[in-house]
Amino acid sequence: MKRIRRDHKVRKFHQAKWDEPVIFELHRPGERGVVPPGTEATVAAEVGSAEDNIPASMWRRTIPALPEIGQAKVLRHYLRLSQETLGSDMNVEIGQGTCTMKYIPRINEMLIRNPRMTELHPLQDVDSVQGMLEIFHNLDLAMREISGMDAFSFQPSSGTQALLAMASIVRAYHDSRGEGEQRDEIITTIFSHPSQAATAAVKGYKIITLHPDENGFPDLEKLKNVVSERTAGFVVANPEDTGIYNHRIREFTDVVHEAGGVCYYDQANANGLLGITRAKEAGFDMCFFNLHKTFAAPHMCGGPATGALGVTEELKNFMPGPLVDKEDDGRYILRDQTEVSIGKVRSFHGVAQTVLRSYAWIMSLGPDGLKDVAQVAVLNNNYLYHKIVQIRGASAPYVQGRRLEQVRYSWKQLTDETGVTTEDITRRMCDFGLHYWTSHHPYIVPQPFTLEPTESYSKEDLDEYIHALEHISNEAYTQPDIVKSAPHNSTVHRNDESSLDDPKQWCITWRAYLKKTQPELH
Amino acid sequence: MLKEIGLTSMEQLHDAIPDSLKLKREMDLPPAMNEYELRRHIDGLLAKNKHSGDYLNFLGAGCWQHFIPAVCDEINQRSEFVTAYAGEPYEDHGRFQALFEYQSLLAELVDMDVVNVPTFDWAQAASTAIRMAGRITGRKTVLLPRSVDPDKAAIIRNYCTPVMEIQYVDIDQVTGRMDLNDLSSKLNDDTAAVYFENPCYLGIIEDQGAEISELAHKINAVSIVGVDPISLGVLEPPGHYGADIICGDLQPLGMHMNFGGGQAGFIATRDEEKYVMEYPSRLFGIVPTEVEGEYGFGDVAYERTSFALREKGKESVGTQTALWGITAGVYLALLGPAGMQEVGSTIIQKSHYAAKQISRIPGVSLHFENGTFFKEFVVDFNDTGLTVDEINQRLMETGIFGGKDLSLSYPSWGQCALYCVTETHTQADLDRLVDTLRSIVSTS
Repeated sequence: MKRIRRDHKVRKFHQAKWDEPVIFELHRPGERGVVPPGTEATVAAEVGSAEDNIPASMWRRTIPALPEIGQAKVLRHYLRLSQETLGSDMNVEIGQGTCTMKYIPRINEMLIRNPRMTELHPLQDVDSVQGMLEIFHNLDLAMREISGMDAFSFQPSSGTQALLAMASIVRAYHDSRGEGEQRDEIITTIFSHPSQAATAAVKGYKIITLHPDENGFPDLEKLKNVVSERTAGFVVANPEDTGIYNHRIREFTDVVHEAGGVCYYDQANANGLLGITRAKEAGFDMCFFNLHKTFAAPHMCGGPATGALGVTEELKNFMPGPLVDKEDDGRYILRDQTEVSIGKVRSFHGVAQTVLRSYAWIMSLGPDGLKDVAQVAVLNNNYLYHKIVQIRGASAPYVQGRRLEQVRYSWKQLTDETGVTTEDITRRMCDFGLHYWTSHHPYIVPQPFTLEPTESYSKEDLDEYIHALEHISNEAYTQPDIVKSAPHNSTVHRNDESSLDDPKQWCITWRAYLKKTQPELH
Repeated sequence: MLKEIGLTSMEQLHDAIPDSLKLKREMDLPPAMNEYELRRHIDGLLAKNKHSGDYLNFLGAGCWQHFIPAVCDEINQRSEFVTAYAGEPYEDHGRFQALFEYQSLLAELVDMDVVNVPTFDWAQAASTAIRMAGRITGRKTVLLPRSVDPDKAAIIRNYCTPVMEIQYVDIDQVTGRMDLNDLSSKLNDDTAAVYFENPCYLGIIEDQGAEISELAHKINAVSIVGVDPISLGVLEPPGHYGADIICGDLQPLGMHMNFGGGQAGFIATRDEEKYVMEYPSRLFGIVPTEVEGEYGFGDVAYERTSFALREKGKESVGTQTALWGITAGVYLALLGPAGMQEVGSTIIQKSHYAAKQISRIPGVSLHFENGTFFKEFVVDFNDTGLTVDEINQRLMETGIFGGKDLSLSYPSWGQCALYCVTETHTQADLDRLVDTLRSIVSTS
């Protein structure tokens, strides 16, 4: 038999393409997907019909125009949509920098499906949920050790909500000291996540944004110029989204503290720091970790997630509550908020499933394993960095040293020389079964892309990603139209986006689409 | 790999971090477990929990036990959806379509043309709806009835401070509905919105929606209605009685209770630019692609968001609860119009049956005797001589989680509890609750 050649460097991939209708088009009158539990005749005999038991004006006269679809068709439809979704389980997902895409251990997904987890009501008596509270408490203890903070809340259900909670605590803290009116500014950096600035603005603060120095570090002199008696707080990620670690961070927090401000730490980029360095020693009063990034809870298409919020003893009373505490007799309790607490930021105790997943992940790694995570992630990142900057047209602006767990790269040279942009490359990478993201706005680094390889990927995985970028760079220089007209192997071709910003044309639901495209029928 | 980047040891990788900031000891954490040990350990912890599969549960108050079709769990567990995140429309076409379909299915249920990708929970949706109303009207005050869940009010207060101010409107102590006289006296030129719920936290159906919306509209304020979506197969959608913004929680539509981890908020409005441009969250729209016959999906008016504009965007957006949106879409597709009508009818009948039987127990009554309710109702135990806590402890001994104790939230009512009855309860379950309560009360 002839030998089968498999020496191509990029994967010959094609995304699933089912040409699937929108679910309303599956409607066939009279079909049913499922029948919910009904009312016993004896119950109905006792109370009468539903309509008899509510005010006449509140009975729905026109039933909702939901489609009628048999169960097998519903299942098939959604399975096809799932197949048309790449997911980090399906690809070498190092292209979503700042988001720490890592392997999701299946055992944890199995554990959270236990009815002793799924069927718990959050208001059950504490004696009936001792196992769950123990998990919350144990994860709190682990997070304290990892960060140096003194207490954690798992109520915020994302990094954004944790940032909001921290900005709220900053406000409550200054209010409690009678300086709430005076301290109306929060300082952040341009390479931070947009939510740092946005959540502080939600809390009514004026935002002061620091731009980096020529090496990409937050500028200490600029910070000194902007701190004042109006400074309420300073929020920063370290490393920032560039992957550059600010080695003078302690000077930054000292400067802010001297001015009376609170320092809070966006640790969404903590993966390369586990067991290496902590928020406390860097001088922070608060920090958060994203359990859905560093601690291996999945991202679930964009949540639910958890932003585990840690504070020092001084700020503990301002935390959202209730917090889980352990009594001397070993019993776990929910301790109510204090008078100065910000109250709550999310209903109940947060997303308990992510708490369980992350606890399980930490228990499966132990202290050595967590430090291995940090080292392997940083090794992977620096290997990738070393290789990427050798690709024609690519560079990594700012300091030319080691980076932590990600790097913000630039295709400026490639764009200047070929006209191919980073957005074009996003679409072309889909053709090889790989996700690639440009970067957060604003594009301070021109034609940016941010890659974060984490510890989950092998050298072979990284090489596959690098080969794909090399391949596309070669295409850009030799046949740029292939890149510009991508995707070619996707579920769909390029969107016509012209209607998305036009109120007369945008269609946010199927019924709006029908009204705007077939107005004669409506 | 180390050699390739010019290093000789793993320790050198972190040279950028000054020595003074390094942790120079091993973290004090338990040693690693293998998968088998981990499973034994977690199973052991979870075994300490008593759960609503084994116990009869009558707790609601913002997290409800409903029937969950198996297909909801099947889709919710799909690896592609569980591990997807921020992919592009070209590799995550299915995610975009599933979320567009969720928006579209919920839009039919609430009878509005715009629905967003889910927020964190109902409290967040209400908070954002209130801030949207503040931006639309340029005013600062929102009026909330005292029947709003105190925990939800705490979340709203935190999220809205210092931009918006909350003022409370009294409720009628006999019916639980909003006191329209008190509402009228509080409406003024600074009122951005009136927010009320259907059914409210205490289960009561507010049938004065048209009057409330009219009063709000008269002074050019926005009418916001929070709604339990599982009621909408039988109850009028709020737009029909004047709501401009509708919000609520998706948890009843296919999410397990998960100790409160199944919550997800929604917001719906009419398709008007002044409303759409005030959403902070993502809105997925349908578009043509460059090939005729293909559906494409993308972000509508992305430049509104803080992703694009940082502090100048509308509020802030990040990870929210997208998978619960997809799951809620599956639920609505499975139940269809008949299923939604049936489940709503069943809940009304069973909850009224339970309330009727409970109120026949000597010393036990309904707190709002003249109110009409959906799914939840307030039981008054004041004449039993027992506290709700004592009753709930006794119930738990017999395998029942009693209603939520309201004595701390509404101290003037004394010993009252909020009971929740859904389609999952059989008549036998309800009779068992009633018999047990009767026995507890009679032996006190």
